[in-house]
This record gives sequence, C-alpha cells and structure tokens, in this order.
Amino acid sequence: MPQYTLRNMDSIVKEVSIEPGRVTLNNAEVFKTETTEVGPFLKALYQKSELKYSKFFKMDYLCKLGFMACEILLENEEIENDSDDVALVFANASASLNTDVKYQKTIADIASPAVFVYTLPNIVIGEVSIRHKFYGEHMFFVQKEYNKEVLLSYTNVLFQSTNTKHALVGWIDVDDNNNYSAKVMLCKK
Amino acid sequence: MITIGAHNIISPLGWSSKENFDHVLKGRSGIKKHDNTKLSDTPLQASLIDEGLLEQEVEKYPSLKSYSKLEQLGILSLMPIVNTVDIKSERTGFVFSSTKGNVEYLCETELNKDVLLANAAKNIADYFDFKTEPHVISNACISGLAAIIVAKRWITAGIYDDVIVVGADVLSKFIVSGFQSFQSLSANPCKPFDKDRDGLTLGEGVASVVITNSHNSDENSECIEVVNGAISNDANHISGPSRTGEGLYRAIKNSVSDGSIIDVISAHGTATPYNDDMESQAISRSGLTEVPVNGLKGFFGHTLGAAGLIESLISIMAMQNDVLIGTKELVCQGVVAPINVLKENEPKKQKGLLKLMSGFGGCNAAVYFKKHG
Repeated sequence: MPQYTLRNMDSIVKEVSIEPGRVTLNNAEVFKTETTEVGPFLKALYQKSELKYSKFFKMDYLCKLGFMACEILLENEEIENDSDDVALVFANASASLNTDVKYQKTIADIASPAVFVYTLPNIVIGEVSIRHKFYGEHMFFVQKEYNKEVLLSYTNVLFQSTNTKHALVGWIDVDDNNNYSAKVMLCKK
Repeated sequence: MITIGAHNIISPLGWSSKENFDHVLKGRSGIKKHDNTKLSDTPLQASLIDEGLLEQEVEKYPSLKSYSKLEQLGILSLMPIVNTVDIKSERTGFVFSSTKGNVEYLCETELNKDVLLANAAKNIADYFDFKTEPHVISNACISGLAAIIVAKRWITAGIYDDVIVVGADVLSKFIVSGFQSFQSLSANPCKPFDKDRDGLTLGEGVASVVITNSHNSDENSECIEVVNGAISNDANHISGPSRTGEGLYRAIKNSVSDGSIIDVISAHGTATPYNDDMESQAISRSGLTEVPVNGLKGFFGHTLGAAGLIESLISIMAMQNDVLIGTKELVCQGVVAPINVLKENEPKKQKGLLKLMSGFGGCNAAVYFKKHG
C-alpha cells in the first residue's frame, strides 16, 4: 500500500458505531435493543431519536442506517446548515446490493421506480445532504473491507484543497443477508 | 502539473480513442433501435457494443473468456495503455468507476460474489498484476468524472505519481427497466437541449485514462492539464435535479477561477426535460451564457459510469484538433435559461474546457481542463 499521510489525526471529533442491536458513541453505549433485525432495529433507533422526518420511512436500509449514524454525530453540534463546507466521505463493500436484490425481484412483475432509485450507494449521501442542506464535497468509495486510512487520507486532501471544514467520514454497509454495520466519524479541519 | 496521459475508448463507435473521435467528427452515432429481449420486452433505442465484435477481440486473448463482459471490456480498454505506467509500482494507483458493475449476475439463483464492485475491479486489476489495491468509485452518473477528480487530488497530495482510471458500465435488464420505470427513456435517439427532447438514451462504453504528474512539463510543451475539479450536492431531491441548478452551479464555481479561459463546455446533456433545463440554469448563473456548449449523448447515449470519461476524452481530442463538436440530434434549442448550445461542428482553437456531470443522489461534478503548447 502507498503511504497515506495521516496528518491531523486528532481532528476526529467523535465516532459512532452501529452494530446489530447496539449503538456506541466514542465507545460508550448510547442505544441497545432486544431485536437485532435490521428493519425493527432502525425503526426503534429512529423512534428513540424523536425526529419528525417523514422522508425517513421512504428510505432503504442503507440510507436509514447512514442517516441515523449522521443524526447521532450531528446532535448538539453547531455545524451550520446551508453551507458547502461540510463533506461526506463514505464507503462500503455491498454498494446498494441489499436493494439491488429487491429491485431485481420486481422486474419480472412491475419494475418499481421507488425501489430503483435506491440501487445506487451514493443515494445515502443525497439523503443526508437534503436533511442538513449540505452542498459540499462528497464521495462514495466501494472497498472490499473497511479501509479507514484511505477515507481519512481523502478527507485530509479535502481539508487542504477545498472549502471543507467539517466531514462525516466512514463505513455504512447493509449486505444481501441484511447484515449491517456503520462506523462514521465527525472530523474537523 | 497534473496532465492527461495515454487513453483509450471502446464504444459502438470504435475500439480506440481515435476511431471514436473520427466517427464523432463525421457525425456518426452508436444509437440504434434494438429488439433485444435480454434488455427490454419492448423495442429499445440504445448504443450497444456489438457482441460479435467483442467475441472476436476476446478470441485473441483466450484467458479473457472466463471474465464477464464488463471485465473483458475493462481489460481490453486498458491493454494499449497499461505499458505507459509502472504497474508494479506502489506509486501507481488504479481507480475503477462504475454504477452497476456486474449487476446482471443477480439473475443467477446463487449470489455470485463478482456482483460486488470491488471484486469486479480486482478481477480487472489482477489481469495486469497491478501492485496497489484497486479503488472503486460509485457515485451514480458523475462516477467517471469524479474518478478524474480523485486521481488528480491524490497525485497533488503526493499519494501517487500516476493513476490509471477505468470507467465501465454495460446494459442489463436491471438498468434498462429502471430507467423505463422512471419513464425517462426516449422512443427516439436522445435530443440534448432540444425543445422537443423527451428523454435519454442509454449506451454502453468503457474508457481508460492515465492521469499523471508531469514534473518536467513547462507551459510551452503540448499537454492537457487537469487544472481543478469540484463536486457539489443539490441538497434538494434524490432522483430529480435542482430546478435552480444549485449543486452544479457550486461545482462550476469551485472548479474555475475568475481568470479561467473557458472556450467550450461539454455538458451532461441527458436530454431529459429537467436535466437540460437545470444545466442551462447552472451555466447561465455562472455567467457563461456566451460560451459554446455541447452534449455528446446523441453519439454515445448515456454510458453511465463511463460517461464522464468518454465525454471528457472526446472533448479533449476536439480541443487538440481545433474543432468544436456539435450536439448531434439538436434541431431547435429549447431550455429555460439562455445558453449557447452548438448544433454543428465548428473550427476553433481552444485553450480551456469545462466538463460537467450530474446524477441521482443530487450529485454534480465539474472539471476544468487546460491545453498547453
């Protein structure tokens, strides 16, 4: 591997981790459910947040997972909306496979545009951007496994060469068997 | 200075960059009406790579037979240019850009792991024994242009000396039915920026390009510089473009500076009513109403993850050949904001090219290229 320069590693403000049935923020547990199943778990997480955001219910699992991870990170943060200095840098292994499999099944009958629109991994970037009016830099990488260094290195490049002052960076994955995991950081220039 | 190195395009218009460019200059299009039930139950206008020609090419390299069509095309597109970089070096990066990769494997009953984009990229990279792990970028229709931006940034940051970028997508019922379900496909070859445009046309294509750090090049030596690029989100809608062109306007603003000479804009120009109106807004708001604009999708269709690369490379060759390319299928311009869309080819010396792309998820990208020498 080439040497990725990891300057400003102390610029990671906090990190949320979502694994089946459990959410931690900076390694401290902030949410736990009996159920580990992706649908009920994400619904419970949303309800606990007391958000009123009806678009959430239209989203596929990948978007719901990424959306909630970002909501947890942005809570109590004074990051201005309506700016193009917040970047989103995400990655996963499955891309949109969870929804791809569902869409493939609709083709034989009536192809569903409401499902098709979620057959791209970067839609989660769009959902988070819409919610917070983030107009900034963004990128979706697909990786065999989570390569945090590549994402942090790219984020550093954004800090150095673009308007970016804050970035949400990390891994959001839902596979074809509904296994899910998210590890997202809030980084600051 | 970061510049464009060797490149190659495979599309229905040809099996090399030059062949593609020559056919574009002559006004030829890869778009035809197809009755192909593998892709669509109804007749489909599309620009499809000829299966017979691909088979002939694959015959020359028997080991290619075990690869998917997408991987075969990726490998074939790389063959003439890999020798221009040191693939054994840790300083050579590899980026694969695709929206749907090997998605046709989902038709099989067992899940084929090569449906994963990282596996498809690895299959292509391993054919050539690239030393570094391939990177994959999947950002809907801006993927190819986004890959150029990432490559440029990595080289600037000193992570790589050269980055080889491959953009590829092939059509499948998955993709075609999705666009049909959105009612976004035209019954005729797409008409970018025309007042009667009624939808896009899909296309197949693959392009490869070396982005390189030319340490020794001076202002006078002939080259195409990748000056700057930017990505911005509309923050408005996941499947429809912003009516005000907000994200694209910001991407343009962040990729060019006040003094940048822009002689031509190669637009996204999908020929859907909303996209082309949105682009006219973004271009107009950027104060570029007089700059000649073209759209190349009347030649290639929308080649998805390869589109940003194919269209950039054709526009770069046009700049090198002192010609502006007209917008095939455009008869009468009809977009909401005043811009200057070219209908016919015109001779013109050019120094600066602005390439634009937009896609689902509200993403927008712009790259500014400059000709030296």
